[in-house]
Amino acid sequence: MEQLIRGGTVLDPSQNINGRFDILVKNGQIAAIAAAIPATGCLVLDATDKIVIPGLIDLHTHLREPGGEAKETVETGGRAAAAGGFTGITALPNTNPVLDDPRKIAELLALADKAGHVRVWPVGALTKGSAGRELAELALMHRAGARAFTDDGRGVADAFLARNAMLYCRALGVPFLEHCEDESLAGKGQLHEGVVAAKLGLPGITKSAETVMLARDLILAKETSCRLHIMHLSCQEGAEMICNAKAAGVSVTAEVTPHHLLLTEEAVDGYNTNAKMKPPLRTAEDTAALCLALADGTIDAVATDHAPHTESEKTGDFSSAPFGIVGLETAFPLLYTHLVRTGRLSLMQLVESMSTRPAAILGVPGGTLRPGAAADLTIINTTTEWVIDRHAFLSKGKNSPFHGWTVYGVPALTMVGGRIVMKNSRIG
Amino acid sequence: MKGRSFLSTANLSSTELGELLSLAQDYCGINNNHKLLPLDLLRGKMIAPLFFEASTRTKVSFERAARNLGAELIDLQIGASSLIKGESVLETAKTLQAMAIDALVVRHASSGLPLFLAENLHIPVINAGDGWHEHPTQALLDLLTIFQEFGSFAGLNVLFMGDIRHSRVARSNLFAMQTMGISVRMAGPPTLVPPEMKALGAEIVADIDQAVAAADVVYLLRIQWERQQSGFVSSLSEYSQLYGMGEERLAMMQSHAILLHPGPANVGVELSAAAYAWPRSRIEVQVNNGVAARMAVLHRLLAED
Repeated sequence: MEQLIRGGTVLDPSQNINGRFDILVKNGQIAAIAAAIPATGCLVLDATDKIVIPGLIDLHTHLREPGGEAKETVETGGRAAAAGGFTGITALPNTNPVLDDPRKIAELLALADKAGHVRVWPVGALTKGSAGRELAELALMHRAGARAFTDDGRGVADAFLARNAMLYCRALGVPFLEHCEDESLAGKGQLHEGVVAAKLGLPGITKSAETVMLARDLILAKETSCRLHIMHLSCQEGAEMICNAKAAGVSVTAEVTPHHLLLTEEAVDGYNTNAKMKPPLRTAEDTAALCLALADGTIDAVATDHAPHTESEKTGDFSSAPFGIVGLETAFPLLYTHLVRTGRLSLMQLVESMSTRPAAILGVPGGTLRPGAAADLTIINTTTEWVIDRHAFLSKGKNSPFHGWTVYGVPALTMVGGRIVMKNSRIG
Repeated sequence: MKGRSFLSTANLSSTELGELLSLAQDYCGINNNHKLLPLDLLRGKMIAPLFFEASTRTKVSFERAARNLGAELIDLQIGASSLIKGESVLETAKTLQAMAIDALVVRHASSGLPLFLAENLHIPVINAGDGWHEHPTQALLDLLTIFQEFGSFAGLNVLFMGDIRHSRVARSNLFAMQTMGISVRMAGPPTLVPPEMKALGAEIVADIDQAVAAADVVYLLRIQWERQQSGFVSSLSEYSQLYGMGEERLAMMQSHAILLHPGPANVGVELSAAAYAWPRSRIEVQVNNGVAARMAVLHRLLAED
């Protein structure tokens, strides 16, 4: 069957396309992009006044299955992803049990297959049980379909083990994803060590808790030639270190989350558990620096760190609440509204950081509308206003600090391999 | 303030603080005259103290204050189980609320827990100390003690010394004292004085001797033994020599200046026995004022007009 996406403004960073084009989809692949393609017996999808981009890809998704099905499942996470305009997401390994052997990777892929909404790329654990003591079976997991490795939720504290894991990742040609957090510095910290922590009387997490491990990893990545990817960068100092490391030829990439770009420690005031995450929200200087770093390419990608929790877990005193917020359904509209519409980032840059670059970092197909590529694409409605209602999320997780925000740039259609997985908020 | 919770000094105006203090001052006289007690202002009211952290003076002082006003107390044997998390505390609190308890007095190791309860209940919650966050009735009794000494607040210079980082007493006092026009200075080990206190309005001082000599009030904070194990200080002996109040520093104080401590004091660590017994130490006055200050809070929150 053929589908014609007609009349939209097509943006594709991979081909440097930005203009009014029609896109012909045939057998699940992009068949042609041209100014006016005649509709001869094919299904026409009208994209007039909308933008058409390569499908969004999330480098950092917690799907919680197995073991955390009350928070999210592969199925519900897939729905949320489709609603948010994502055609591909990762499945981070900090589940229960941890995704640390090839059988669990295969089981996760089977769950993703069954759910069928969007593409799911498993990320395996670097160490067994992510306990930071023994290497996990990285090569066998890679053979089973793991596309990257991380102990996310924690960093790899032991430098020798981190170095050895980097050697394996280098040999496998996959990225080592680091959650930079020195636990001796972070301690029992609950939020950024700053004015709000001082006011609320809560233990803080310094920036050095992040940058100390970042510095070590940059050194190890240079020494091992491993592709190092820094997750959820939160501070100005970290961005400066990555900029310098890139200039020195270290093979490093970095991601930033929408919340670290848009929110500061002030969001936590009043003990708001929906603003509690790791790394913590920092200061206005940091959000400004991170935004500049994203615009100048120091930071390569935006990732959601979608971290669903149940309402009851997030309801309680601040110190008892778990870290993390959801992000799949709000990421693109938030950044379109607050970075693109305000002129801080071009739309092309946003699409590149949420689609083309994540695909390249992960080494997966996607992030392009080149003829011959799978028809993974998203149509965005840039004019209709949406007041974010966390209770209406398709994700089981409703833990968002963006409830009540007015945004634009809401995904209207998500297509995976030519199949429409979401249209006007309807999944299917 | 009727029907409201009492959680923090940060949102109290100088008028509200002034009214509470003048009420507390009135109660000071009555409080020590047992023949006049109990009053029947809160007759028929039931108050439940929920202390999840060990406390002697604050708990007894709240109980005394409630009884002095004619209220009854529900004594829950909850023990010092600070591991009980917010959600389970809320369950207990809702149970009490359903039994028509009029107010809760809560102490817990988790900063913000009383606020969480207040947000989920319709009866007033009184914060009797939450983690490192606040201890608002302590600030009130401290202000009362200072007022009794100086007759006014504006222009006074108060120096807090010691473990500022972990001190709810320092935070509540910082907010309340600023509102009343007092200049607050802070000093202590570099690991225990967060630089962010400056942004909250305190002046952080390095030269302690000079600050002691300039202070109208020197407020010593309690240092806990665990701070040594967790790497904040090397030894209590070093702490005592650098940040404690011994004879030498005592001699530097202005003749009109007073010494405060929230108790329980580690005599020999943050202050010497001589400092504790010094004629211008007001540590025992603070304890006595605690009852009157808490009577004022209970009165404002619970009394019918």
